[in-house]
Amino acid sequence: MFIPHTDVERQEMLKIIGKKDLSELFNVIPEEFRFPDLDIPHALSEMEAQQQFSNLAGANNACDEMTCFLGAGAYNHYVPAAVDFLLHRGDFFTAYTPYQPEISQGTLQAIFEFQSLIANLTGMEIANASHYDGATAAAEACISAYHHFRGKRPKLVLSPNLNPQYLETIHTYFGMLDESKLVVPEDQMAFSDPNKLADLVDSETALVLVQYPDFLGNIYDLAAMTTKAHEQGALVAVSVNPIALGLLKPPADFGVDFVIGEGQPLGIPMSFGGPYLGFFATRKELVRKISGRIVGETVDGTGKRGYVLTLTAREQHIRRDKATSNICTNQGLMALAATIYMSLLGKSGMREVAELCYHKAHYAAQQIAGLKGYKLVTQQPFFNEFVIECPKNVSVINQHMLEHGLIGGFDLEKVNPKLKNQMLITVTEMNSREEIDLLLDLLEEALHD
Amino acid sequence: MNTPSNLKYAKTDEWVKLDGSIATVGVSDYAQDQLSDIVFIEFNRETDDKVTKGDALATIESVKAAGDVNSPVSGKVLEVNEGLSDIPETINDDPYEKGWLYKIEVSDPSEMDELMDSAAYDKYCEGRH
Repeated sequence: MFIPHTDVERQEMLKIIGKKDLSELFNVIPEEFRFPDLDIPHALSEMEAQQQFSNLAGANNACDEMTCFLGAGAYNHYVPAAVDFLLHRGDFFTAYTPYQPEISQGTLQAIFEFQSLIANLTGMEIANASHYDGATAAAEACISAYHHFRGKRPKLVLSPNLNPQYLETIHTYFGMLDESKLVVPEDQMAFSDPNKLADLVDSETALVLVQYPDFLGNIYDLAAMTTKAHEQGALVAVSVNPIALGLLKPPADFGVDFVIGEGQPLGIPMSFGGPYLGFFATRKELVRKISGRIVGETVDGTGKRGYVLTLTAREQHIRRDKATSNICTNQGLMALAATIYMSLLGKSGMREVAELCYHKAHYAAQQIAGLKGYKLVTQQPFFNEFVIECPKNVSVINQHMLEHGLIGGFDLEKVNPKLKNQMLITVTEMNSREEIDLLLDLLEEALHD
Repeated sequence: MNTPSNLKYAKTDEWVKLDGSIATVGVSDYAQDQLSDIVFIEFNRETDDKVTKGDALATIESVKAAGDVNSPVSGKVLEVNEGLSDIPETINDDPYEKGWLYKIEVSDPSEMDELMDSAAYDKYCEGRH
């Protein structure tokens, strides 16, 4: 272990605080807690530890060895080899994002490119340097809107078809405030149409937050809802799947104020839930209200192009008591991965991936709709996720499919008891025709199982 | 340092000019000089808002620092100099005229007595070096 202090330094410090020795310093801790017996196994040698971890890892079912139709927020897309290769370069691969312009032009330029790409993809004027994940980005949009109105509009209207984990995160963020101000209509079916959600917006409302496509895969035109919310003076935020934006109309076209989302589909492996990447884009007018940081392009004293941190929420450094968010860092390495991914694919590649997802998903949906005992629940236009109703419990069907090396769709009953026997199926470019046919066979088999 | 003698000053570097019951509020020449180049101002109050002495009325950000403007009086906001949002450097150029921030209808004129006159404020600023 690296302990930077010498005995002499320790003695000096103890003298200053008026303690004789270390045991006197720690004697405020009751003795029985000072060196408790820890119930942990004996230390392993490197070789033994290596074997143990290999065995544990081997017990996992990883997506690259299986067929996966599970999405619901994390997506199995192809990650080009160049992403990992560039990411692991020593120049970038650090434990913490270095922001000092004097030493970090490469890192800052990569973040600048990331912001530009996200602004382009979402159609918004500005994007920040990123957040931890989509849930955090969604919560930060809520916080920005809340503070934009200086607390005078305390109400947030949240779509019931937002990713349930995002809703949980927002509840955690706002737990210290009056929770009754977080309006999430419970009737999922009635309020899945954002236009109905707009009816809940009043002069107390700071923000309406919807997902596009929503958690159940539905795509709605958000233009009318946005206009309605704006008429009441509220802001509108949309959480998006970035891959879907390769094909869909960018939410900026609806006139929304924030576009946020989960960047994992952009070249980041699912990795059992993280690290992921939140992206956050907004209109220029709101730039002072957002957390995180923005990297800008400028010139140095000799006129050469350079990159600097142009904007960081000032409160976080010098007025912490006035800060509206505790987030000041970004998700540097994952933002770099997304930057490399988007650069490699380019505009046409992004569209191609989106089209593959769309067409494969629609083929699968059509085929499942023809299966005896199964019903396609989704009626709205969808991108690559849709809901089916199964003849029996989704967990039973998924167990059967798992035994045949296939990860089935998301069991919606887990998040809403009313959605019993309903499965959210996700299809990406990774799913071949053969895999979709296997899914159909196994669904059929499960019926008779 | 310019400290007009017809104004009153707060310890937190705001100036007040009282006309009848209407107080005009801004930040002093000393304050703008300490802040150096002002790049951003955010107004925390709007017309008709009630303010209490000590409330944070605005946040001024310069290339060097960011600080609150605290209300030197209590009352009701009559007018906000919102044009400053686009040209916040006006506060550097002309802190006592074009750089005013708020006009407030004063509810308790006796609060003016708690403020310093220009001579006392000059002395106060000298003591801070």
